[in-house]
Amino acid sequence: MPAMPAIMRTTAARLSALYLLLFAICAVVLVVYVTSLSVRMMTVQTRETIADEVRGLVSAYQRGGLPTLVRVLETRSRQPGANLYLIADPNGLILTGNVESLQPGALDTIGWTERPFFYRRYGDGGGRERHSAMAHVIRLPNQMILLVGRDLGEPERFREVVRNALVAALGMMGFGAVLIWYFVGRRALRRIDSVSEASRQIMGGDLSRRLPVSGAGDEFDRLSENLNAMLERIAALNEGLKQVSANIAHDLKTPLTRLRNRAEAALGSGDEAACREALEATIAESDQLIRTFNAILMISRLEAGHSAEAIKPVDLAAIVADVVELYEPAAEEMGVALTARTVEPATIDGNRELIGQALSNIVDNAIKYSAGVHERPAVAVSLERKGGTVRLTVVDNGPGIPQAERKRVTERFVRLEASRTQPGSGLGLSLAKAVMTFHGGELELSGNGEGLSVAMVFPAGKNA
Amino acid sequence: MKILVIEDDREAAGFLKKAFAEAGHTADVAPDGETGYTLADTGNYDVFVIDRMLPRRDGLSIIAELRARGNTTPALILSALGEVDDRVTGLRAGGDDYLTKPYAFSELLARIEVLKRRAGTKDVETVYRVGDLELDRLSHTVRRAGQEIALQPREFRLLEYLMRHAGQVVTRTMLLENVWEYHFDPQTNVIDVHISRLRSKIEKGFDKPILHTVRGAGYVIRAD
Repeated sequence: MPAMPAIMRTTAARLSALYLLLFAICAVVLVVYVTSLSVRMMTVQTRETIADEVRGLVSAYQRGGLPTLVRVLETRSRQPGANLYLIADPNGLILTGNVESLQPGALDTIGWTERPFFYRRYGDGGGRERHSAMAHVIRLPNQMILLVGRDLGEPERFREVVRNALVAALGMMGFGAVLIWYFVGRRALRRIDSVSEASRQIMGGDLSRRLPVSGAGDEFDRLSENLNAMLERIAALNEGLKQVSANIAHDLKTPLTRLRNRAEAALGSGDEAACREALEATIAESDQLIRTFNAILMISRLEAGHSAEAIKPVDLAAIVADVVELYEPAAEEMGVALTARTVEPATIDGNRELIGQALSNIVDNAIKYSAGVHERPAVAVSLERKGGTVRLTVVDNGPGIPQAERKRVTERFVRLEASRTQPGSGLGLSLAKAVMTFHGGELELSGNGEGLSVAMVFPAGKNA
Repeated sequence: MKILVIEDDREAAGFLKKAFAEAGHTADVAPDGETGYTLADTGNYDVFVIDRMLPRRDGLSIIAELRARGNTTPALILSALGEVDDRVTGLRAGGDDYLTKPYAFSELLARIEVLKRRAGTKDVETVYRVGDLELDRLSHTVRRAGQEIALQPREFRLLEYLMRHAGQVVTRTMLLENVWEYHFDPQTNVIDVHISRLRSKIEKGFDKPILHTVRGAGYVIRAD
């Protein structure tokens, strides 16, 4: 229905129309039922009255014959609101009574007339007005016909009054419904239109816009508030994505450009030894790129959640021993003392591979950044239980990270300017953070005067 | 060595075929799962390289059915999926090794050569010998030219793995997987430092180098 005005297309309007219709049907059925019941009762009453009269008239006839009957009849005829009285000869010719004429055939049936008939009464004047009535007809012993009847105007009038009342009531109901749906519908429409308008602008690219909240605290407000929260989240994710794209673009473009330039230079040189060297450097660079990609993939899959199969009881102390043993020679070569300080036994539900990798990344960073900074560079790993948590901490005495930048370094690809020259993908801490999130834990960065302390905080779980 | 590559990426498959040929192997390529299974079932191959996601039939079901039919040809699974427990699923289906895309060809080649050799089983030997270097797995002793060399437990395991695959290139990742039992990519040079410590112990005072570095790939123990 494209021509339908907007207000008709609101839910409020449709509901109002439906309720109105149902209510009207119920009202009509009820009124018709009550009316017909009343009319039937009135008819029964009329019949009883007429039957009484007939009995009275017959007994008057028996008492004094026709003259008495005629006298009684005439007296009754003159009373206001009198019934219909008529005496006719056996051929149906009207002899006396207050009826001037009858619908032909009205006197043919003896007993109750089956249907209302039309008649004309004396004193009605020459008007064409016809009245309908029902009557009882009897044949007197002298073959004369006596009719006693009652005008049906009363039930007709009753019906009419009810009909008028019904029409008036339905009319008012309809009017009320239209008013209600106009105001309720228009209000709903206005709210929804403003929400639609805001969403259109948001879809149009204005991500900072929010849906209007009227402050009434109604269902529209709750909806808008939830949608706004959703938009907040989308905007945050979008911002993160933008940041990551920019960082990826920067961090991958650089090695890719280097790859390309090196290949071009090697081709141009024409020297076989130079070509060979360039190819080897290309392979090394590609391996680093693959490593970066794998780290990105790993972070995404960790952020996507996990299957229960990947989680098993793991001995954190064993992982600490493994990683320290793995890095100890490399650390020593760089002049860094790598030690496992306090290691309490701690078993948690987790993934050995992921925790091992995260710890390696942190230890790797610690060694890299403390080497050559301090007189006696040192990295210490400790594992201890604290409250409901298990803390795996790596402390170094390197330059540390300024308080303001600590949160930022766990974002993907973020490398502080000072470290841009160091080898690495810039994904080490992000990966460690993703691993901690995967385990329902946290990655905490803090400083201890000098240096940096990175703590992997696991929930102790049922195995602790 | 005859290799069956089941890989639907035409370009990647073509590259593998050419690269395997350059390394002295012959490779057949099946572009989809059904063809791959039919070829694999002929029993004409030494090693399978199977992509996990293939048209018409997925890689894991091919391996599972081959294993059910008694085919024990070693299979390496290539995967771009990268779920946390992908590797476990792959190995449980009957795969012998697992590599996530993107990978370096040198890594794939080294792993395939080791898989092929593993099928020839050397695990029953109790003493490995390479030139004048000797490793006794029962007494945990290492001798070179009859002279005992003292090694740390981890160095012993490192040497044991290298000697079991003597003459074959082993990558840093393979060493981390088999000696430390972690399946991530070793950052920077941690493995190199372990190797150089081991090297200094088994080569210092002897004329000939025995533990060689293969540039861009890994290490090989070999008596020249």
